Amino acid sequence: MRNLQIDRKYLPLLVTISLFIGLYAFGIVQYRGFGSPQVFFNLLIDNAFLLITSIGMTFVILSGGIDLSVGAVIAFTTVFSAYMLEELGLSPAIVIPTVLLCGVALGAVMGAIIHFFKVQPFIVTLAGMFFARGMCFVISTDAITISNPFYRAVALFRIPLFGKSFISINVVIVLVVLLAALYLAHLTRFGRTVYAIGGNEQSALLMGLPVARTKILVYTLNGFCSALAGVVFSIYMLSGYGLYTNGLELDAIASVVIGGTMLTGGVGYVIGTVFGVLIQGLIQTIIMFQGTLNSWWTKIVIGLLTLVFIGLQSVFSAQSRTRKAAARRRDTAPVADADPVVAARQ
Amino acid sequence: MTSQASWWERLRNNSLFWPLVALALVMGFNLLFTPNFFRLEIKDGHLFGSLVDVLNRGAPLMLMAIGLTAVIATAGVDLSVGAVAAICAAVATRLVGNVTDVTATPLPLVILVTLGVAILCGLWNGLLVSRANIQPMVATLVLMVAGRGIAQLITDGQIITVYYPPFFYFGAGYLLGLPFTLFIVAAVFLFAWLITRRTAIGLFVESVGTNASSSYYSGVNEKNIKLVAYVFCSFCAGIAGIIISSNVKSADANNVGLFMELDAILAVVIGGTLMSGGRFSLAGSVLGALLIQSVTTTIYAFGVPPEVVLVVKSLVVLFVVLLYSEPMKVALDKLARRKGVQA
Repeated sequence: MRNLQIDRKYLPLLVTISLFIGLYAFGIVQYRGFGSPQVFFNLLIDNAFLLITSIGMTFVILSGGIDLSVGAVIAFTTVFSAYMLEELGLSPAIVIPTVLLCGVALGAVMGAIIHFFKVQPFIVTLAGMFFARGMCFVISTDAITISNPFYRAVALFRIPLFGKSFISINVVIVLVVLLAALYLAHLTRFGRTVYAIGGNEQSALLMGLPVARTKILVYTLNGFCSALAGVVFSIYMLSGYGLYTNGLELDAIASVVIGGTMLTGGVGYVIGTVFGVLIQGLIQTIIMFQGTLNSWWTKIVIGLLTLVFIGLQSVFSAQSRTRKAAARRRDTAPVADADPVVAARQ
Repeated sequence: MTSQASWWERLRNNSLFWPLVALALVMGFNLLFTPNFFRLEIKDGHLFGSLVDVLNRGAPLMLMAIGLTAVIATAGVDLSVGAVAAICAAVATRLVGNVTDVTATPLPLVILVTLGVAILCGLWNGLLVSRANIQPMVATLVLMVAGRGIAQLITDGQIITVYYPPFFYFGAGYLLGLPFTLFIVAAVFLFAWLITRRTAIGLFVESVGTNASSSYYSGVNEKNIKLVAYVFCSFCAGIAGIIISSNVKSADANNVGLFMELDAILAVVIGGTLMSGGRFSLAGSVLGALLIQSVTTTIYAFGVPPEVVLVVKSLVVLFVVLLYSEPMKVALDKLARRKGVQA
């Protein structure tokens, strides 16, 4: 019977996945052509950049922090890439590493300030967001179209799958990032330390874990992810503009939350975030198929959905607290799954 | 020598000291480099000049900063002020309607309904934070995202332009030769100051911000204090929304109050209220808002493209935050003590 029982720690994840399946089924029943495989692949193609940056954000939130700069970093990356490609005529082999390095550097600086000056992450990354957004406009106030042959070739390249469906190279990049993130989160010492810091930073420090290094690395990793998302986005849009991805940080945070990661840190899964992004994409697609609804409903629905999931989180955490207390009263063995560090090890 | 050190200490610890120094620096810079910055003229019985401009343009920000001070003092934050301003601007212009010289709704009713909507927004935020126990940043993030959508729905995605002159008075009118917005700010500030400094509410807010559970155990209703703080904050944002829409004679759901939440937070932090809650300074926040506005005006006066303002602001935020951070304070204290020893 034990095999049939689902571990409680997977419960939020299951809610997310069921919601995704439910929405998808709703779409197929309700609208003609929704069931076509290309609709699903388009979800991946259109949300590739959001997937990458949300995966990075998952690590930050797991460590108990937050990063509001991702949208601005993506916009900066598109503008800077477009500027270097078009105005300076540099080769993509120089441009891509340079913009990735910029993202890494900004992330590292923000992480270092957050850790060493003990400033709240949200205010430091807010400053980072202003900075990156401002730098976009310092480079160029207008949109720059990218006509670089390499970028165009990558953007137009279709990887055919079964039937007539296809995916873009961006989707392949997402899959690589996802595999790397899963490995990093669940199979490395770094991943376990991230979970431990999110669970309780003080305890992590007392356990002798490298808190400083890990915290800075988490923001650096997220900087890298947003810059990579920026590269993917500039390939997707074939242009660079400082007003791109306005408010994307909120979409990324919403994806992570809908994916079942606790905003207080320490609990959650990278794979949940993927479903969080896909759910947002599905809502957008459904509203598109519906045709008569104002696209602003997407924002309202996602806002409410985020709220519902935060509510669910408080319910779950309250439940696990009472169960823990009950277990302690009964003087039985400690409940392993309530402890994020132990949970991460399993 | 000790008396001098303690005098310096007292001055340095005064919450208004740093914002005043910064403001003096910006003003001094303008005195030297910006021609006519301090020139005041009287045209048609109204006072004109860059200084008046700073005060007038800064009014919405000052209002938001006053409201946000109460929230931040309870160890919270309200990211939705910009979105609430957008919703209120949309509601107000929608109620006035776009017929020339005629309003669809009596003006007092417009104001009452709009501020009612603002209070509803505040109740929503406040209930989420105080009753549902959701982290303030996240709870208000919901309205920040959904709020612009709601504003869009109210305006039908259009920019609503109004043509009813009495409505323009709030944002562009003059009273006794001074912009009317200044009187609104002064009234709100006086109200907030009286409530927090002449009643026990200010003390309650500080105690909730310092330690919510211990204030609860000493009989302070921390949930209602938080609720009131969020309602007040949205109320202020609502007034700011009316002023903005009245000043530009229209409401654009996408742009009213955009990025202003960040400016408002910055104003409060510059004003010496810590993000971790507790002691707060309303006057400091107003000074902070004035500082931000004068930096912005100065940068514009130099013909610098407005885009650079964002970069400068980000560096200012970082500088101020680092100045107030714990390790920096320790280092500064050490420096001050060493000086004392040498003397």
